Amino acid sequence: MQNSKLKIIETNKLNLFYGAFHALIDVNLQVKPRMITGLIGPSGCGKSTLLRVFNRMNDLIDGVKISGSVKFENKEILSDAIDLITLRKRIGMVFQRPNPFPLTIFENVAYGLRIHGEGSRLVLDEAVQKSLTAVLLWDELKDKLSLSALELSLEQQQRLCIARLLAVTPDLLLMDEPCSSLDPLATMRIEELMNELKKEYTIIIVTHNMQQAARVSQECGFMLLGELVEFGDTKQIFTAPRDKRTDDYITGRYG
Amino acid sequence: MEHQRIFDKEMDELKDLILRMGLLAQELIHKAVESLKKSDRTIAQSVTEDEKMDQLELAVNEKCIQMVALRQPEASDLRFVMTAMRIANDLERIGDLAEDIAWRAIELIKFPLLKPLIDIPKMAVLAQDSVALVLDAFINRNAAKARQVWDKEKETDNLRDAIHDELIDIMTKDAATVPRAVPLLLIARHLERISDHATNIGEEVVYLIEGKVIKHSGG
Repeated sequence: MQNSKLKIIETNKLNLFYGAFHALIDVNLQVKPRMITGLIGPSGCGKSTLLRVFNRMNDLIDGVKISGSVKFENKEILSDAIDLITLRKRIGMVFQRPNPFPLTIFENVAYGLRIHGEGSRLVLDEAVQKSLTAVLLWDELKDKLSLSALELSLEQQQRLCIARLLAVTPDLLLMDEPCSSLDPLATMRIEELMNELKKEYTIIIVTHNMQQAARVSQECGFMLLGELVEFGDTKQIFTAPRDKRTDDYITGRYG
Repeated sequence: MEHQRIFDKEMDELKDLILRMGLLAQELIHKAVESLKKSDRTIAQSVTEDEKMDQLELAVNEKCIQMVALRQPEASDLRFVMTAMRIANDLERIGDLAEDIAWRAIELIKFPLLKPLIDIPKMAVLAQDSVALVLDAFINRNAAKARQVWDKEKETDNLRDAIHDELIDIMTKDAATVPRAVPLLLIARHLERISDHATNIGEEVVYLIEGKVIKHSGG
């Protein structure tokens, strides 16, 4: 139990191939709970691929081969015995563009619970209020729950998508460029939300925006050509990285 | 595949400003001690009236603040900007100390020299060498060179102690020498402080290159 307190995710010699392409090379990573871990690196470095390993999203792609070990709370998740529905309930994903369902605001948030068999209106009402409150949307939207989610602003939609995940009480939130379709002010507000959420959830964020990684994360990894080149305290990575390749990338010399 | 960035050009401009401050610092130390050796008021005043150092320091600070605001430097770039600002501060203080030496020299013009000056000019040469050394280390990013300044600081401290003992001895034997001895004692102190600032710069340069803080840890 002591160990699981120190790390919620642990990968060991993780390798992933898309056909012949070696997309992740011997990745050893430990993610600590209740903090924000950033993954940075140039396009194609494998950071989104790594993120998708954690809730087995790569299973949906043909020709993917994975070896090594990925443990979530000390349980191997690459094993065939793992129940993917349960895994994805506990490890949710936020995408680049908000992807609300073409349903009402209420039904978007209640969706996860419904498919997990929850039928009680009382339970659903409570979960919707709690989740929307957590993403700071409740006061704005409590009288508009029957509106279509597609009428919301992009920032509200992204918050709604996060609320939809929170409703099924996950442990880990994976965020793949969650602000890249948002303007700077909306970005700042989502970052503030992330900072609130880390008190109760673990977050791993993949971002192209290095300043964003610097602002929101406590630990950060730099990936290049499928390798995790350097991982450590964000303050150290952005002031005195150990590896020259990290420094070159962060300072914009790599290219 | 390193490419020339806008930031690199700005770093070169900043290096140039620091280099000019460093050369000026050496010149001011040299002139201040020359004015003492020659009892020359004109040389001393050229030090006390110098305004270039302050202007250069302001230019460095302005440049650094702009670079932080507009370029958001990180990692080694960030260390470069922060280091440049602190080095400029140390060089400006060295300029002030050279000015203090020149003021002591002016005080002493009305007296004949207490004794032939030997150790103070030696300290002055050491101080100028230390500044030249750490500046070279900064411009060429050479941490080994920056660390050599430690030895010079020790030499400076030894000279300061010798001067101190000798002057106390003279004053103890003849109280009438006090007005001529105290300014010399202060000058030795100013030169020792200059060497401390050069050592600070050496520590900054090591941080710039290695990302390690060695201040207050004895190197």
